[in-house]
This record gives sequence, C-alpha cells and structure tokens, in this order.
Amino acid sequence: MSDHTTEDLNYDESHPATPGEASDYKTGLKMYAVGLLLAAILTGISFWAAESPLIWSPSLPALLAALAIGQMGVHLVFFLHISSGPESTNNILALTFGTFVVALVIFGSLIIMSNLYANGIPMSQLLQLQR
Amino acid sequence: MSTVIHHSHAADDFSIPYAKRGPSETRVLVGYGFWLFLLTDIIIFSAMFASYAVLVNHTADGPKGVQLFDRTDVLLETVFLLLSSFTCGIMALASAAENRIHTYLSAGATFVLGAGFLVLELMEFSHMISAGTGPSRSAFLSAFFGLVGMHGIHVFLGLIWLMVMMVQVQTIGFSKMVQRRLHCFNLFWHALDIVWIGVFTIVYLGAK
Repeated sequence: MSDHTTEDLNYDESHPATPGEASDYKTGLKMYAVGLLLAAILTGISFWAAESPLIWSPSLPALLAALAIGQMGVHLVFFLHISSGPESTNNILALTFGTFVVALVIFGSLIIMSNLYANGIPMSQLLQLQR
Repeated sequence: MSTVIHHSHAADDFSIPYAKRGPSETRVLVGYGFWLFLLTDIIIFSAMFASYAVLVNHTADGPKGVQLFDRTDVLLETVFLLLSSFTCGIMALASAAENRIHTYLSAGATFVLGAGFLVLELMEFSHMISAGTGPSRSAFLSAFFGLVGMHGIHVFLGLIWLMVMMVQVQTIGFSKMVQRRLHCFNLFWHALDIVWIGVFTIVYLGAK
C-alpha cells in the first residue's frame, strides 16, 4: 500500500472506467460542453482555412490533417472519455492497435498503388498486349 | 482469497495486482467489447478511405470533387452531427442519472439532428445522381458514394437503434441492461462523428 500512495491520491473516485461513461450529471455536462466548444472551434478553423486566401495553399493539406487529428483527439477525450488513467489501459491499448491498422491500410494502399501506377504497364498498352 | 471476494472494489485498490482482482463488472466488459467492435468498424472505414484516396483522381474525364461539392451544405451537415453528438452525450448522462424527461428530450434532439444530417446527405446524393454524376460515372464517384454512403447507412441504423432504445426505456425502464445498451449507443454515435471528421476533411475540404 505504501508504494502506491501517490497513485491512490491521484485516483479520482468519479473517474470513468469505460469509454463514454460519465460519472456525474454536472461534471459530465461540463466536460461535454468543453468538448463541443473545442470541436466547434477546430471545425470552424478547418472550413475557414479551406476557403481562405490567407493560407499558403501547399500547406493546406497538412494544416487540415493536423486540425482533423486534433478534433478526433478532442472527441476521444471529451466525448468518449478515453483518458490516460490506469483503469483505461485496455481501451488505450485497443485504440493504439486500431490506429496502427488504420494507418497500415490507408498508407499501405497509397504506397502500393502509386508504385503500380509508376511501374506498371498502362491499361491501353495492356489491352493491346492481350490481343 | 479475500481479494477475489471483494472484486467489486478491487479496481479502486492498487495494492492488489491485476491477476488477483477477479472479473470486472459487466458494464466495464460490455463497454470494452463494444469499443473493440467500434475499432474494427473504423478499420472497415479505413479501407473505404484508402480506396477513395487511391481513386480520387480517376474521374474518367468527368467532374472533379471541387466542381461537385457544396461546402455550405457540408458545414451544415457537420454542425448537425456535432450537435447530435453533444445531445447524445447529454442523453447518456440523463439516463445514468435515471432522469426520464431529460433522456427523452435529448434523445429526441439527437434523432432530429441525425435525421436532418441524413436528409441533407440524401438531397446531395439525389442532386448528383439526377445531374448524371451518380456512382457509375467514374471510379472517383464510385469511391465517393461508397465511403459517404456507408457513413450514411451507419447514421440511419443508429437512428433506428435510438428509437428502439427509447421504446425500451419506456417499457423496461432504466434497468442495468437498458443502461448498458444506451451506453453502447452513445459510444456508437460518438464514433460516427469521429469518422465524419475524416470524411469532411479528406473528401470535402481536401477536394481539388
């Protein structure tokens, strides 16, 4: 017990144990309101930046990606209540693995397909070869 | 084995190692299991995103995304879905507090906002199809209708689920089982909003 006093002190009774679970009506409502505000700000910046002439256009994809990832983080923390708390370890592990697979599928497909376009025979020539 | 007997309090006590804590409560297990399902669902979405990203420039001399999409509509859809995520969260809080009126009101708001989102999306689809730019026009449009349509189907099924849950609250009441199902619905709805962030960023704002 003595080894874990700091953890015990930090551990909040009202801390949610599963994703999406909120403990108490008022604190929960506050958390959702903060999340809504942050998400609305990030969405607003995204839509503004996509149209704005002030943004240097080659940097736009990176900016939009950063804003989207930030907003996903806001949703995970404030809406789904994924925390770094010790009781949330399994949820975080699963989320990490899921993110890893998603990245493999998307970037793997893009790399493989761009290689095929660069090195493969164009479709018109392929059809002629088959004749 | 007193540690196993007191398993309901075990999660609070860090002096007990994980291996000796006994099974978690059903509510925790259900939440975790549904979280795993949602992650696999997001992986399916990632395959749709990947095919969209690969096919986005294959327009077969047809119109490109930037000529087809109306960002005002998309902003409105985004606002609807974000607000519905918020009201769905309130519904989860109200049902946890067993507040019937708040649960019905917030579930009603969630339903109306979700249905509004779906109506806007279907209007966009029908405009595009009637203008001759349906899913069969080009590989790009097939991927577009596949990805956005799959998200729309999820929202539609979510609306049906929400109606079923309100009937269950009415007939069964706030039993532990109904609470767990409401909790899963809440997770599902938030996950759909997270997928929509990817859709509006990559498909609509990223359109060239």
